[in-house]
Amino acid sequence: MIEFRAVTKRFDDGTVAVNHLDLTVDAGTITVFVGPSGCGKTTSLRMVNRMIDATSGTILVDGKDVRSADPPTLRRGIGYVIQQAGLFPHRTVLDNVATVPLLFGWTRRKARSRAAELLELVGLPASLGKRYPVQLSGGQQQRVGVARALAADPPVLLMDEPFSAVDPVVREGLQDELLRLQAELDKTIVFVTHDIDEAVRIGEKVAVFRQGGVLAQYAPPAELLARPADDFVAHFVGKDRGYRALSFVDASGVEIREVATASIGDAVSQASDWRLVLDDGRQPRGWLPAGSTVDGQVTEDGLEPGGSLYTLGTPVRGALDAALSSPSGLGVVVDEEGRYAGVLTARQVLDLIEAQRGSRR
Amino acid sequence: MIFADMVTWLTDPSHWTGPGGVPARVAEHLLYCVLAVLAAGLVGVPLGMFVGHTGRGSVLLVGASNVLRALPTLGLVSILYLIAGGGTVPVLLGLVVLAIPPILAGTYAGLQDVDRSVVDAAKGMGMTGRQLLWRVELPNSMPLLMGGVRSSMLQVVATAGVAAFVGLGGLGRPLLDGLRVLDYGQVVSGAVLIALLAVLLDLVLAGAQKLVVPRGLRLIAGTAGRRRTQRRVEEPVQELVTTGGQQETGGTRA
Repeated sequence: MIEFRAVTKRFDDGTVAVNHLDLTVDAGTITVFVGPSGCGKTTSLRMVNRMIDATSGTILVDGKDVRSADPPTLRRGIGYVIQQAGLFPHRTVLDNVATVPLLFGWTRRKARSRAAELLELVGLPASLGKRYPVQLSGGQQQRVGVARALAADPPVLLMDEPFSAVDPVVREGLQDELLRLQAELDKTIVFVTHDIDEAVRIGEKVAVFRQGGVLAQYAPPAELLARPADDFVAHFVGKDRGYRALSFVDASGVEIREVATASIGDAVSQASDWRLVLDDGRQPRGWLPAGSTVDGQVTEDGLEPGGSLYTLGTPVRGALDAALSSPSGLGVVVDEEGRYAGVLTARQVLDLIEAQRGSRR
Repeated sequence: MIFADMVTWLTDPSHWTGPGGVPARVAEHLLYCVLAVLAAGLVGVPLGMFVGHTGRGSVLLVGASNVLRALPTLGLVSILYLIAGGGTVPVLLGLVVLAIPPILAGTYAGLQDVDRSVVDAAKGMGMTGRQLLWRVELPNSMPLLMGGVRSSMLQVVATAGVAAFVGLGGLGRPLLDGLRVLDYGQVVSGAVLIALLAVLLDLVLAGAQKLVVPRGLRLIAGTAGRRRTQRRVEEPVQELVTTGGQQETGGTRA
């Protein structure tokens, strides 16, 4: 658990970066600090491991004042991940990950074997251990950064915009990976980002900061989207917050139905309805348009690419998007293995949302 | 022809033996240079590390470096020689003063050049200032630090000829002696030998650089590093032209 008690940071030039912050980060959760630049979110994070010292107020980590230990000792017990990963270019990936255990005085051998375990934990092949940071992609470097922060198994992890320098697709993968890791490790994580989408995606609780270092709202993401505390938060979470809030609506009540399907290589004749084409593993390949002139065998070329897929058991946002993005207007539903399970329409999803809204009142 | 004279001088066996022979002169020259650069390294590297790590005194460092660079070595050596009343030490001191700025600047720039995020991560993981300096900043400074050592060595090799001006040995001897008797073959031979020595020493230091620069950094340097090396090898030629000119005017006046 991390507690900020009346914490203020005033820099030498008089700028107030953090203004009287009172906030408690619960143990074993991911808490996201989000806000526009200059809102004090990074300063707040860096005060926890004393990369910056607070001007006044107290910060407690697991009940202990961070000022009670000297900074290097304090920092070794807290994982730290930064934006550009900050890997040591002169050391191999394995030795990078072994850094903190070595600072703790472990033998090189033991530290390296621990580092190898961590590479596996963050989903990197062991062969990468011998490489140098410059030989890795941005996403791989960030994974190594996370592995390095976890090496000495600290209870608290500070992450300062760790994924903002990688492209969106890789970023999403890294976010999923972090959530998977957290389910396994149960750390107390403080995560700083300027991206509200990232905040609501990975945060169990989100702290929105405004300029001048004032905490505007501290709430679970669903509440943040549904009931922003004021205009600033409402504006910051964005115009499509209604749509984004669907990420927190359960879709288990939606009924899915069947649609005509075909396989690549099947002989088909003209039909007046859209048909979904599946591959050998019953995974969707694309749509055969209504009234298409394809006669005879179904080929890859004759297909219209499908929209996004909705996986059973995930929130309603994906279901609506599947329906909206599908060329046939029918959202394709798949099971966890990605196999075709059925289809649904946007109308069905909207009815479900309406029904849930009614039941909540 | 001057080059024919040079070949004649260089192929005369009598110029290759005895205390005034080419091998002895090369050995003297080499000794001055290596001693001067070593001493300069002992001063420049720790000083550069201190200023680069703490950020303290960088203004003073730049100012002092520029002052040192501006000192004319020939004048400095002459004054020191007159004050000391002779000996090798004044000459060496003059060369050390000349050798310090590139090494100091290279070390300082090397530490300053370390990626801020790398330093931030090192501190954030709990490294002490000393651990940060020795385990992160210094290894990452090696390319620029060694660059400083190499350019320092080139300057010293080119300038060590001034030793001859105050009556000592080294490859400045054939240069000066030749001028005195208007034996241009001998003058050019001295100049060419200095140039060859400079190239050779730079190659040796390039090898040493490969040994001390961590592999992870050499991978980054790639093609950029190779280009930089080429430029440095071209430098001695220019240095020699200017130094040779100095020698010539000095000689005529004398």
